[in-house]
Parts: sequence; C-alpha cells; structure tokens
Amino acid sequence: MEKGRQNKAFEKKETFPICLRTSHLDDSASLKTYLDIGGYQQIQRILREKISPEKLIEEIKISGLRGRGGAGFPTGIKWSFIQNDSPGTKYIVCNSDEGEPGTFKDREIIKNNPHQIIEGMTIAAYIMGAQVGYNYIHGEIWEEYESFENALAEAKKANFLGKSICGFNFDFELFAFHGYGAYICGEETALIESIEGKKGQPRFKPPFPATYGIYGRPTNVNNTETYASIPWIIQNGGESFANIGVENSGGTKIFSVSGHVENPGNYEIPLGMPFNELLKLAGGVWKGRTLKAVIPGGPSTPVLPASEIMKTTLDYDGLKNAGSSVGAGSLIVMDDTTCMVSTLKRLSYFFYEESCGQCTPCREGTGWVYRVIKRIVEGKGKPEDMELLQDVSQKISGRTICALGDAAAVPVLSFIKYFKSEFEYFIKNGKSMVAKTHD
Amino acid sequence: MLTKITIQKIDKELKKFPDDQKQSAIIAALQIIQTENGFLTNDLIAMAADYLDMPKIAAMEVATFYNMFELKPAGKYKISICTNISCALRDADDIVCHLKKKLKIDFNEVTKDKKFSLKESECMGACGGAPLMTVNNQKMYEYLTPQKVDQILEELDS
Repeated sequence: MEKGRQNKAFEKKETFPICLRTSHLDDSASLKTYLDIGGYQQIQRILREKISPEKLIEEIKISGLRGRGGAGFPTGIKWSFIQNDSPGTKYIVCNSDEGEPGTFKDREIIKNNPHQIIEGMTIAAYIMGAQVGYNYIHGEIWEEYESFENALAEAKKANFLGKSICGFNFDFELFAFHGYGAYICGEETALIESIEGKKGQPRFKPPFPATYGIYGRPTNVNNTETYASIPWIIQNGGESFANIGVENSGGTKIFSVSGHVENPGNYEIPLGMPFNELLKLAGGVWKGRTLKAVIPGGPSTPVLPASEIMKTTLDYDGLKNAGSSVGAGSLIVMDDTTCMVSTLKRLSYFFYEESCGQCTPCREGTGWVYRVIKRIVEGKGKPEDMELLQDVSQKISGRTICALGDAAAVPVLSFIKYFKSEFEYFIKNGKSMVAKTHD
Repeated sequence: MLTKITIQKIDKELKKFPDDQKQSAIIAALQIIQTENGFLTNDLIAMAADYLDMPKIAAMEVATFYNMFELKPAGKYKISICTNISCALRDADDIVCHLKKKLKIDFNEVTKDKKFSLKESECMGACGGAPLMTVNNQKMYEYLTPQKVDQILEELDS
C-alpha cells in the first residue's frame, strides 16, 4: 500500500475505500476490473501455498474485523466455531438483506464490487470447509440481484467458483437468493428459514447456525461488508487493517449517510473518525440548516442529539460510550425542522408492520406502541401516554426470540429520553412543536 | 396450468438447491408466477406448491408473509413507494401526495383503466437516493421530484 495514503487515512478525515474500492472505476462490477486491481489473487495464493485455516483465522482475529451487519461480533472468533474437517455439507451465507431503514451499503458493494464478495465468501468456505454458499439479497433491489447473478456466471466461467477452483483440489458452489420483502429475514435464523422456503420467523437459539443452520447443517452467516473486507485483510495482513481503525474497532466501515445532508451516500471511512468529519464529507446539513439529531446505526440504535453526536467518534467504543451503537452504520441525519414525534410514529409503524408475529410481546407490543404514538400525532394524546409508551417498550425488550422486539423499543425510549419536551408539547397542545417548513 | 416458460424458470431456480429440498424455490417460483400474472391467486399458489412437492398451506404462508407478493389484482404498473424515515426526511410525503393526486387513487387501489396501482412500502435499502419507488418490484427510480414522477408516468403510459 502507498504510505502517503495510509498516513492521510490515519488523520481520519478522508474515506478509505476497501469494500468500495472499485466504485469510481468504469465497468466497476466486471470480472476484468476486479482482476485489474489484483482480485482473486488471495484465494489462489491460499490454495497454492496451502495456507492453513488456523493461520487465516489468526490473521482475521488480528485485523479486529467485527460483523458489519450490526451485531459487531468478532469475525475471526465466529469463523473458528465451524470445524474445517467436520463431515457433511456445510454452508456459507452472505446476508445482503439490508432492510434496516437507512442502510444501503450492501447494495453498493453488490452493484460495484460483487467479485470481492465472491472471493471473500470463497475464502470463508475454504476456512470452514464449506461446499455451498448463498448470497441472500434484499427483495427490493432486483437490479442488483441480477447483476450479482451475472458476476456469479463470470466467476464460474473463469473457474473462480465451482469444481476444482483454479485447478486446485477445492470445490465451492455459490448461488444468489432473492428475498421478497421481509425486514425480519435480515435476522440470521429467519434468513435460514427463508432459504428453506418458509416464512421468515426466527428460530429459538441455541442451537446456533454454526451447529444447526440450513437443512440442519452447520452454517456461517455474515454480512456482505464483512465478507468483502476479507480479501484485503488476507492481502495486506491483519495488522494493516487493524491500524486503519482504532483499538477495538479495526479497519474501515461503510457509513450509509441519509436524511438531511447535502450529499447522501456511502462513505467508507477509517473507524474512529470524528462524526463532524463524516458530516463534512457528506456536505454538511442540507440547506444550511442546524443539526438536530442523528441515528448513528439504523433505528435499532438509540438516537443521539446534536450535542452528543458532535463530540463522538465513529467506532464501536466511541458510540457505545455515547449511549448508542455502530449498528449497520446507517447514519440518519435530522435537521432542526424535524418533528421527533412524527418521526417516531413512522419508525414505530415500521416495527409493527415488520414484526413476524411469533412472540406475543413483540406482535402485540409494537401495535400498542404504534397506536399510542398515532393518537398523539392525531392530537388525541393523553398525559399518561409517555409513561405508557415507555412501559410497553420496556416490556417488549428482552422478552422475544430475536432482537426485533428489542430494536422496536430502542427508538421509543431514546426519542423520549432526549426529546421529552417535544412529546409533552404535542400531548398538551395537540400539535407539533416543530412546524415543518417546506422550501 | 403453469406455462412452459414459467416451469423453465422455476427449474433454473431449483438447480440452486439439493434435490430433496425443492421447497427452497417457493419464493422464487411465486415471484416468477407473479411477474407473469401480475398477482397471485389461490390456484396459482397451489400449482406452485404442487410443482415443488410441498403442502399448499406452506406455500400460502410464504405468499402472505412476504410484502412484495400481491394477492389481489394490481395495476399493469405497480408503483411501490417507500415512506420510511430516510425517504420521509427527504419529503417522500410530497411525492406520495403527487402520485395520489395524479393517479386519482389511494394506497392499495388500482386506477380505473387498470394501468397503475399504488402501494406504500417499507425500506428498500437504497436510502441514499431518497425519495424513491419501484415499478413492478423490479425497476427502481431514485431522487424523485414531482416533475420526475410525471416523466416516469408518461413513459410508462406511452
């Protein structure tokens, strides 16, 4: 790597594209483009030099890479759960079912750099001794699903997938799976149910997918960005990746910036960048307005008011200390014209609509929450409603099979925590404290 | 009866799964059938279930669980517009109002000439291009303005 560029990145003021390193190139998604930037060399080197899975896992552990889908679980540790030499079919699954509002990074990786996902998954398959893989792609992005199918066909034709990959004694088949509109399928066991052709209702855990996944076989599920980071880590070493970020937060992370900024889009940045630097990269708050609040990692992560987020760095510890989380890096920016009560109403409707209905606290609770906020927005709020909202949310949290219930409680509790006066005003006066201004 | 082309397309999907796991292709099969027919009927869902050797009720569960399936007649062009937070912050409501006024229908309705139907959608995972919509679950239009919507409707209508 060029030293100058690395030093600049350490200042944490610029993007550092790894997963998105082909985005600016012509014909970015093609096999030729990926080969031109040194693509598929890592899987070939691994096969040629017969590098042991243990050594590769060690490198990934050193890199500090953590699951980029939201949970942030250390990837190297996860990949040691499935024994490479255990008998029978094992599966590698890529979770590209990004439906968390504000998340659109996996779409760009699929669109511009699909072969890096394929190489990352193939390396994962080598490490865990898996023979078959699926990339589960979000229902609404049909064009990306088709382009991923094209990338798979190109890779198969060039023998980077299939039998005896590149002439070595290693087989791996990879397929694209198209979802059809269910947020819950981003939860890994719901996704597995969906691949089995069922409605996407999460499974009770344990057993975890590493022992009981697709068709009851060991299965590793990771996010798209996680797999796409792997070839770079193997090429440059775990330490180089770790050094881009900060302690506990190795490497780069894509932040999908949406809402009230001048230039919404994906920004792959070194972890540890101060929030205000990313805000600058995205052109600042739009229309010269003032920042009011930011949801840093998607609605499943607590909202932070401007005063908090402006002094926060974007990494796992920085956001945790500020009382929120990196989540999927779905950073939603809200300016001072935003009515937090109406915004919460839309988010609560989302969780109500997307609850799979399996667990009573979530199925019923999300409906309760939505109806109470709706009546506040309709000017029929009662003084006791805020307490009711918090009470119902707290009773969903921790009482469900999957994290959707917890996620549904997060915006309610955090919006009320930081913007209590807005809720009180709405209930008392039957109208928003913030008159929405349309330019 | 499922057409020959439908069956060919489903067979292609079946190649992705083990021989004894045909049910895995049900979402794809229903999507293929819906794309040809515009919406799913109980009969069509049952035919898909038969073809994949799975219980009809399991296929029905899938058809009713996933939001992008249509169980009632939709317009020739089904417009799904996202109103979730990132789109809402960039005035998706204005686009919704414009569409409703222009097409003279509400959500979940079909225009009299059966050309258009309108559906409210959850996050489509493309929020950088907000506000946005899809047509027939396949073509996505981003950075919408009322003028751009007019242009899209005109192109579809012509």
